[in-house]
Parts: sequence; C-alpha cells; structure tokens
Amino acid sequence: MDLVLTEEQSMLQKAARDFVASRTPLARNRKIIENGDGFSRETWQEMAKLGWLGLTVKEEHGGSGLGHRFLMVLLEELGRALVPEPFLSTVLLGATAIELGGSKAQRALHLPAIVAGERIVALAYQERSGRHERGAVDTLAFAAGAGYVLRGEKVHVTDGTIADWLIVSARAPDGVALFLVPAKTKGVHVVRQDRIDGRSSAIVQLDGLAVDASARLGAPGRGLPLLERVLDAGTVGLTAEMLGGMLATFAMTLDYLKTRVQFGVPIGSFQALQHRAARLYVETELARSAVMHAHDALDEVDASAAARAASVAKAKCSDAFLLVAHEAVQMHGGIGMTEEHDVGVYLKRARVAEMTFGDAAYHRDRFARVGGF
Amino acid sequence: MADLETFREETRAWLVANAPPSMRTPVKTSDELCWGGKKSTYPADVKRWLDLNIERGWTAPSWPRAYGGGGLSKAEAKILAEEMSALSLRPPLFGFGLTMIGPLLLQEGSDALKAEHLPPIVKGEVRWCQGYSEPGAGSDLASLQTKAIRDGDDYVLDGSKIWTSYAEKADWMFILVRTDLHGRKQDGITFLLMDMATPGVSVRPIRLISGASPFCETFLEAARVPVKNVVGQENHGWAIARALLAHERTMIGDLFKERDDASRLVATAREHLGDDGGKVADPVLRDRIAALEIDQICLDLTMQRAKDGAKAGHKPGHESSIFKLVGTELNQRRRDLMCAILGPQALGWEGEGFEPEELKATRDWLRSRANTIEGGTSEIQLNIIAKRVLALPDGASAAEPRRGQREGG
Repeated sequence: MDLVLTEEQSMLQKAARDFVASRTPLARNRKIIENGDGFSRETWQEMAKLGWLGLTVKEEHGGSGLGHRFLMVLLEELGRALVPEPFLSTVLLGATAIELGGSKAQRALHLPAIVAGERIVALAYQERSGRHERGAVDTLAFAAGAGYVLRGEKVHVTDGTIADWLIVSARAPDGVALFLVPAKTKGVHVVRQDRIDGRSSAIVQLDGLAVDASARLGAPGRGLPLLERVLDAGTVGLTAEMLGGMLATFAMTLDYLKTRVQFGVPIGSFQALQHRAARLYVETELARSAVMHAHDALDEVDASAAARAASVAKAKCSDAFLLVAHEAVQMHGGIGMTEEHDVGVYLKRARVAEMTFGDAAYHRDRFARVGGF
Repeated sequence: MADLETFREETRAWLVANAPPSMRTPVKTSDELCWGGKKSTYPADVKRWLDLNIERGWTAPSWPRAYGGGGLSKAEAKILAEEMSALSLRPPLFGFGLTMIGPLLLQEGSDALKAEHLPPIVKGEVRWCQGYSEPGAGSDLASLQTKAIRDGDDYVLDGSKIWTSYAEKADWMFILVRTDLHGRKQDGITFLLMDMATPGVSVRPIRLISGASPFCETFLEAARVPVKNVVGQENHGWAIARALLAHERTMIGDLFKERDDASRLVATAREHLGDDGGKVADPVLRDRIAALEIDQICLDLTMQRAKDGAKAGHKPGHESSIFKLVGTELNQRRRDLMCAILGPQALGWEGEGFEPEELKATRDWLRSRANTIEGGTSEIQLNIIAKRVLALPDGASAAEPRRGQREGG
C-alpha cells in the first residue's frame, strides 16, 4: 500500500478534526482527566453513530471493516487533543481479541455491542512482577468442574474503572489463557490506580472468580501468541495517538518560539533553538512513516512482519514523544512547568504512553528477537 | 492497473533473462559501480549490462526517449526499481550526470544544451563532476570568487575549486563562477558547463584521513569556456545552483541505503561478541544495533512516503534536507558501531594482524566523518528546515549572511 492517505481517509481526517474542535476540545478533555471520570458515555455513543467504533470490525458483526489505516487517521486526531475515550481498550484490544480468539457465540454477543458503543472492554494482562513481559503471568486459573477458578492481581489495566467486561490473562493447566468475564461480578475487585495522566487505570483483583470454560478466548495452549497479536494491535493504535500528541506538543512549541520575545526578538530567531526545533520536526516525520507502515502491516496476514512493524513504531514513538515533550517544557521556560499550561499535560501523557505495552528498550529487544539476533 | 501488472511481468522476465549473474551481487563500495566516462574501463559483465540497458533507455528510465531515456512513467519507473531491487541487481550506470546535472538540465536547460549533453550521459560516455566549493567559500557558498570575464564568445575563468568529487576521473564539470562583482553576492553568480580538457584546467587529488582521495582541488588559469555553455542566464546562476542541490541531497540520502549492512553488523557482532541462546551476547551493543536498524527503517519508510506522495501529485517540500541529515548521521552511527563491535581489531591501518574487512571497516569509519560536512553540512540542513519548513524568523543580526548560505555543494 502506498504511504499516502486516500481521499476517503482524508475525508475522515477532516471529519475527526471538526468533531474534536466542536465536541472534544483539549479543555473538555482536561476536565475529564482532572475529575477522573475516564470518559463520557454520551460522547462515546456519538462516536459510535459516526461509525468510528467499527472501522476495523468485520461487516458481519456490524462494523465497516475499512481497516487500520482509517483508525490511524482517527486516533491521530484524537491524540492531538488528548481525547480520553476508550478506543485503545475497547476497539483495539477488546474487539481484536474477540475477533481473533472468540467463539462464534462470543463474537455475536460482544462485537455488535462494542460497535454500537454499548460495551467497554479492558484488557487485564500486566502484573506487578512482570514489568513489560507479556508471558510473566502469576495469576492462576485452576480447573474446577467444567470451568476454572481465577486467583491473582492485575495492574495498570487501561480503562479498567469504566469497563463493562474484562479480558484477563491467567496461567491455566495448558499454559497462558485469556478469559472474557463481566467486570461487575463476584470475585472481581476493581480499584482505581491514579496515574500521572489522569486517565482511567485500575488494579484488578481476582479473588476466586469462577468462570465457565466457554469464557476462554483462543485455542488451548495458544493464549500467549493471541495475546501478542492483540497487544500488537493496541500498540500500533497507541502509536497513532502518540503521533497526534507529539504533533500537538510540537505545534504549541513552534508557536511559542515565534511569539515569545526576549532581548527584543522572537526567541525562535536564535539558532540554538532553531536547530533543536528542526531536530524535533525530523523526529515527528520519521515517526509518522513508522506509524503508517505499522497500521498497514496489521491488515496483512504475516504476524511476524506486523510484530516487527509494531515494535519499530512503538520504539520510535516512545522516544520521540518524550523528546518532543521534554524539549517543549524547556523551550517554554518557567511557564511550561506550571499546572495551568497545557504542555505539562502532554508531557505526562508521553510518559504513560511510553510505558504502555512496553517502553522503547523493550521494543528494541523485541525487534531484535523477531529479527533473529 | 492491468497494464502495470503486464509491465511488471515483462520487466522481471527481461531482467532475469538478461542480467549477468555477477551483476546480481550488491556492491560493497560506490567504487564498484559503473560511473561511465572516457577515463575508466570496466569488466566485461559491467560493460555488457550497461550496453543492454542503454539499448532500452534504462540507464535513465524516466527520462524522455528523445534523449535516449526510457520514457517510463513514475509508476513504471518505480516498478522497474522494485524488480531490480528484488533481484539484488546493480544499477547499470551511476554518477552525477544521472543524479544531478541531468535532472537539472531537464528542468532548466535549453533545448540545445539538453540535446548536446543528455544523450552522452545516458550512454555513459561522459562523467560529470561538481565545481561548487572554494577554499574561501564552504558553507557560505555564495561568497565564491572564481572569476569569469567575458571575452568575445567565451568566458575566461580564473580561480580554484576544492572538494570536487572525482574531478580527476570526470570529463565535464558544472561550475559556479562570479560574473559580477557588484551588488548582492548571490546576484553575480553564473552556472556554466565546462569541458575538463579545456587548456588551463588542472586537478590535484586531496588525501583524506581515511587514506582515500575521492576529492580534488581544481585550478583554473585563463580557461576559456564558450558563452553558449551557460545554464539559465548570466548572473542568475544562484537559483539554478539551489535547484540542483535538492537533487544532490536526495542522491546522498539514497547513497547510504546499504541493504546488506543490517545482516553484516549482526554477523560481525556474533563473530566478535559471541552468541547467547540466539542473541548477540553483548546486550549493550545488541541494543545499539537494534536502535540503529529501527531508525534506518524509519528513514527508508520516510523516503518511500515522499516518493509515494510525489506519485500522488503532492508538491515536494524540503524532504531532501531530512534525507541528507538523517541518512548521513545513520551512516556515521553504522560505521562507528562497527568499530565498537570490532574492538581493538578496529585500530589497524594496514599490514599484519588485521583482516581485510577489519581494515576496511576502519577506513569506512574515517571516511564517514565527511558525510555530515560534504553536500551541505548538517547544520545547513537544520537551517533549511528551520527557515523553509518551520518558518522560524531570521535573527536581526544574522539575517544577511544567512541568505547567502549554500544549502549544500
């Protein structure tokens, strides 16, 4: 696929830009972040009506199946304004896991509901001891009768406080397995985990949660490859959001360089700052190429090529977004350190996004592993 | 689309049937490429591959057929490039004629100049060099002093050029000269085409820290160049010079895409650092290799994106400055990393105790330090991005000298 937007993708870009400006501008999103609300169900349903939640879901389940490139265009625009609505957890992680690993019944039950904006799904895979490792699973799934009993604790569950359903990884007798379970049920305790970016994140305690065997996603013994594939989709979607975030941070900084006057001239006339700004611009251009390619790779059959492209994009965007945000604070000077100014909100999001689904070092290691060195 | 698929199949079939097997191995240095010109000879396979391509116009696939080019559309030229790359085929011909002065003449040249100079480039008969920098005019290129004084139908040239790549092997030079000493320094510059066999032209190679001599000094003493060899108009050469630099930067960015190097770094690392369950045993150097390859992929994709954008009709911006800046820095990182992997074996100059590829790695590292200086320093590329792309303001005191910057060369 050519690395340019098609006419339809450009139209979606414009629609998303207009929507963000009128319905979810940065000021609105800051309020949600500061109040700890997670999202607005009403706005989420508006997005559903626009068809945005079904861009990557097949038509038979109520989606349009247009593909990940469309989702990239959308997520970049949402990322520019730090829109907190749960695309990553529900549309990328949730719907992908159910589409790839769900039974016919699970797909029919959940996918149309997700596309309609009626169901929020979160993926609980990370544990305290595991850092970024996907296979470090201490949560256990004991065989009990026709089903399992789950015990353990999950952390950093993105959108965990607002989820209606959870996908939980646990170690079953046949290896790591994924279970799709309702969030509000006996044996599940969800505690808000307050992080620097103010978005929804939770600790999920599984205290003797009894589930039926039909709650499993994916074939026995294939839980980990499924989890990797699902996380690739989430990772790639996150990089589109990060691209939007770094572009907004850079635009804000560039504007400041042109308007802030010191020594009688705009500070952007100083070569020391010009060269640093030029470097940041170059990083955003390199990041965009990697993000675009990674979205295209998700729609191809080759899982290892998709994994490689996802790790390239996440390694690049993790470093680039943080660099841009750090430099943005420095170039803004004192005002950039205040809570009132927007630049700090982006800096905090850059740090959380960097650590989500594995940081740059993790993805360089993964890139090397996939590449056989 | 069906036509393009047919073109792809026919192209692949022709390449497979006609390319000599020795042309299906990647070149290790640019010296192994066929640069053409009257002063070089080439092995039989290289010559044969060149002749076959000349016949089809595929030494310059997208140039008009009238000048011996292939007359291919952008989409067809892309397919040809993809098929050549899929077969690891070497380009039949390379050089500043094809990458710099040719594209410039197609853009800016008169019909007479195009008819005279393009066909010999396509056929590999004439090799070109670039006469831009002078001892006193490096990054501040517009301050160049080589004089050209009108005398009848000729200009008489006096002065010297420096850092002229491969001047000793070139047949012709495109050269910037000063034809007006008054007014703004950018306004008195003329762009000329000069035969290197002109009496009064002499060349001296410059030895570099790497031991190689790819650059020369070129001396001009009362060298007579016909007025008809002006590209554009007298005193309006600065705009032409800048247009050419965009071609140069893209070429330099492309030059450093050495596809075989990813596996070479890893193979060398395994050999020198050991293997730990499939991983390169040294975790720090392994991380540096991964970081480098990831950045290389990002640059390759960005160049691809620019090409796809051009094909879709987007107006080109200043991407070539990104390619030049990032491509040269990646090459330096690659050479530096190779030395780190080799350890003390990277210290050899010649003789006993070092393998030939170790000696080459060391020389490559030394040579690579020039990458961010030649063709417009990295700092100049950053200036271009800051001014032209980001529209950052000129400093009051720095405004005048900045407008004279060379932006390359």
